[in-house]
Amino acid sequence: MNASDNAVSRCWSCHGPVNRGAAFCPTCSAIQPPHACDPFRTLGLAPGFDIDSADLEQRYFARQRELHPDRFAANSPREREYASRHTANLNDAFAMLRTPVKRAEALLAAAGHATGTGETDTVADEELLVEAMEMREGLAEARSRSAVDAVVAAQEAKTDACIAALSRAFAAEDRAAAARLVLRLTYLQKFATEARERRGRLTAA
Amino acid sequence: MSGLLQIHEPGRTPLPHQREDMAVGIDLGTTNSLVAFAEDGQAEVVRDSRGRALVPSVVAYLERGVVVGEEARRELLDEAERVVVSVKRLMGRGYEDVQRVAGQLPYEVEIPADGDGGMVRLRVAGRTLSPVEVSAEILRAIKARAEAALGHAVSRAVITVPAHFDDAARNATKDAARLAGLETLRLVNEPTAAALAYGLDEAAEGLYAVYDLGGGTFDVSVLRLRMGVFQVLATGGDPLLGGDDFDRLVAEHFLRQRAGVPGDAALTSNEAKMALISARLAKECLTDQDSGSWTIDVGGRPSRHDLDRATLEALIEPLVARTLDITRDVLADAGVTPAEIAGLVLVGGSTRVPMVRRRVAEVFGREPLDDIDPEEVVARGAALQAEALTRGSQALLLDVTPLSLGIETMGGLCEKVMPRNTPVPAARAQEFTTYQDGQSAMMIHVVQGERELVAENRSLARFELAGIPPMAAGAARIRVTFAVDADGLLTVSADEATTGVRQQVAVKPSYGLSEDETAAMLRASMEHAAADMDARLLREARVDGERMIQAVTAALRVDGDLLDGAEREAIAGVVEALRRTLAGDDRGSIQDAVETCNAGTEEFASRRMDRGIRAALKGHSVAEVAESLSGEN
Repeated sequence: MNASDNAVSRCWSCHGPVNRGAAFCPTCSAIQPPHACDPFRTLGLAPGFDIDSADLEQRYFARQRELHPDRFAANSPREREYASRHTANLNDAFAMLRTPVKRAEALLAAAGHATGTGETDTVADEELLVEAMEMREGLAEARSRSAVDAVVAAQEAKTDACIAALSRAFAAEDRAAAARLVLRLTYLQKFATEARERRGRLTAA
Repeated sequence: MSGLLQIHEPGRTPLPHQREDMAVGIDLGTTNSLVAFAEDGQAEVVRDSRGRALVPSVVAYLERGVVVGEEARRELLDEAERVVVSVKRLMGRGYEDVQRVAGQLPYEVEIPADGDGGMVRLRVAGRTLSPVEVSAEILRAIKARAEAALGHAVSRAVITVPAHFDDAARNATKDAARLAGLETLRLVNEPTAAALAYGLDEAAEGLYAVYDLGGGTFDVSVLRLRMGVFQVLATGGDPLLGGDDFDRLVAEHFLRQRAGVPGDAALTSNEAKMALISARLAKECLTDQDSGSWTIDVGGRPSRHDLDRATLEALIEPLVARTLDITRDVLADAGVTPAEIAGLVLVGGSTRVPMVRRRVAEVFGREPLDDIDPEEVVARGAALQAEALTRGSQALLLDVTPLSLGIETMGGLCEKVMPRNTPVPAARAQEFTTYQDGQSAMMIHVVQGERELVAENRSLARFELAGIPPMAAGAARIRVTFAVDADGLLTVSADEATTGVRQQVAVKPSYGLSEDETAAMLRASMEHAAADMDARLLREARVDGERMIQAVTAALRVDGDLLDGAEREAIAGVVEALRRTLAGDDRGSIQDAVETCNAGTEEFASRRMDRGIRAALKGHSVAEVAESLSGEN
């Protein structure tokens, strides 16, 4: 009885049964209050590292069309509030799944594995540090937009390779390797931001 | 119940107030305001008998009464001390903020006696007024204009605000609307509204940049338009930079040319207003002319001033350069290069200045789109959104927070809770703990801005979390949730995790009006307060009643087999009674009928729950059961 009590809740509008986690009442279509949910389920996906970003975005827009508070402007304040909370969850889930680093972190956290972006083990990977330094030097020496573009192209190839390796690590359920690769990817992306800023300054000049 | 029974087709509620309740879009600008409405996706700007759409955002407090718009602007020449211009720049601002623009404001501001912050007040014609009250006068005039054009009362509006407006300024805008008897359906960011007007008209796809330089504020946004979704990727701006500042620089230039008249000291007086009028005229003329000559008659001493376009451009160059720096930052935030932008939209009267157009076009390497009047595009977008919200639409606006949200930590540092450009609605939870044994309360200070130091950001609110159960230091786990809604407004809630004590958080806005103040102002504006409140409550009761009918009808369709004939008839009876009250205007009887309906379906609801739980036990989902049953019907 307990399990089913949890599985079924009462619709606030028609007072009928609703499956827990459903956004809308199957009987009267009223929007239901959101329940805590992992980002994959929020977007209707099975947990996993490999995600088709176009598909992810389509799911995000489709959910937004259903749940955005603007869809409930003519409804009661209660329905607007539920819509707002649903959309906040959805925005969060989308932000988490669209970037490989955050997606990997979410998977590792769900598996109970600490990720390498904490303060304790940032300097563990010496190879990574050397690589990061070399990239920075390369960027500092780039004095034109095309020179920056060349540095960025090299870095993008590395990012793609890193994401591919991360995908293989998750497929093999090698979480330790995945955690190391997440750290590397974090560095690569921080570098990408710096490169973009530098390029922006050169454009301005 | 008295009155005639309305007759309508069975199963169809009549739609009262359909046309009579049209919502409008309002661009409440620093210099000019305007209103538009939309039908079937076509926006139309409301014009006066002479074809003018723009209502100057000027309010004059004259002996014969309050006047707004062109009439008020004319008073600048005779009774400048009774006239308020550019009040938008003071919305949600404290005295400290105003000091930044001190000497630039052509009227006196009041220093709060207790030094306790709060919104700045103006001293005009012997009255002390909040910027909210002055803005409400403008909105009242706009509302009246819309009502005259549409031929019915207007009570709901989408109102645009600069994307860069902070929480206090947004709240102040909503308060002003309330005072004017308008329900704000939604606050929409001005650049987003402009994109909506362009996107829907042109069925545009791809990346768009909106450069919006108005009278008092500057915004720039990068949006992605795709299949009717308007997704803001990044936004930025300066809430205190606009065409008014161009005027001020030119006015100072003129005043410097007048021997013995220092440029700054004079700017709080009538003379300053005269210089500003000439400066604006000069700026506007130099859009089409290369040079000109203007006269300032101050204190019976007229002086002649020559100005050519090159000099004007040299004067305003630093301000234009600043807008371009912000533009580049926003592009970087969006992760977009200028070359990727498919369309550049210019918004705001100040983009008529040739230098602005030229320099922005240089940054993007393309000519701007200009098929929609830059001064009307925002109101048109707002009107389209008003129609979408009240009549339904496939278009969707996904906006972001313009500024980072943070809290004060030790040493006056700001810890970011929500970075800028986070899509809204958004919610972030942050855990706090106590640092003393038995500590029962803590202060939380919320700020908005990008700086490291709290003092350099804008204070939004301070509040005390009280009633923390006594525990050892560090044992309490207080979760504070910051939620930003689609209007960009913040609400805060808190609960203590170990004991589950839920805290009511009373947020004292740093620069807002208190509930008491707003209530007092509402009472003071007798014409609206009571009638508006009644209309709103009636509308809410109707929404509730209509939802109830829909819910019971759906439940009968799916689970009707749980009832026998008499039971079914009884429920049909209470539903029909409710339907009859909805045709009338009596809120009380609608609410009573909803209650009766609730009570009359209670037994039905519990049988439905039983069925749902039994189905779940057998491993069927409620949806499956509902589907199979509705399939049978």
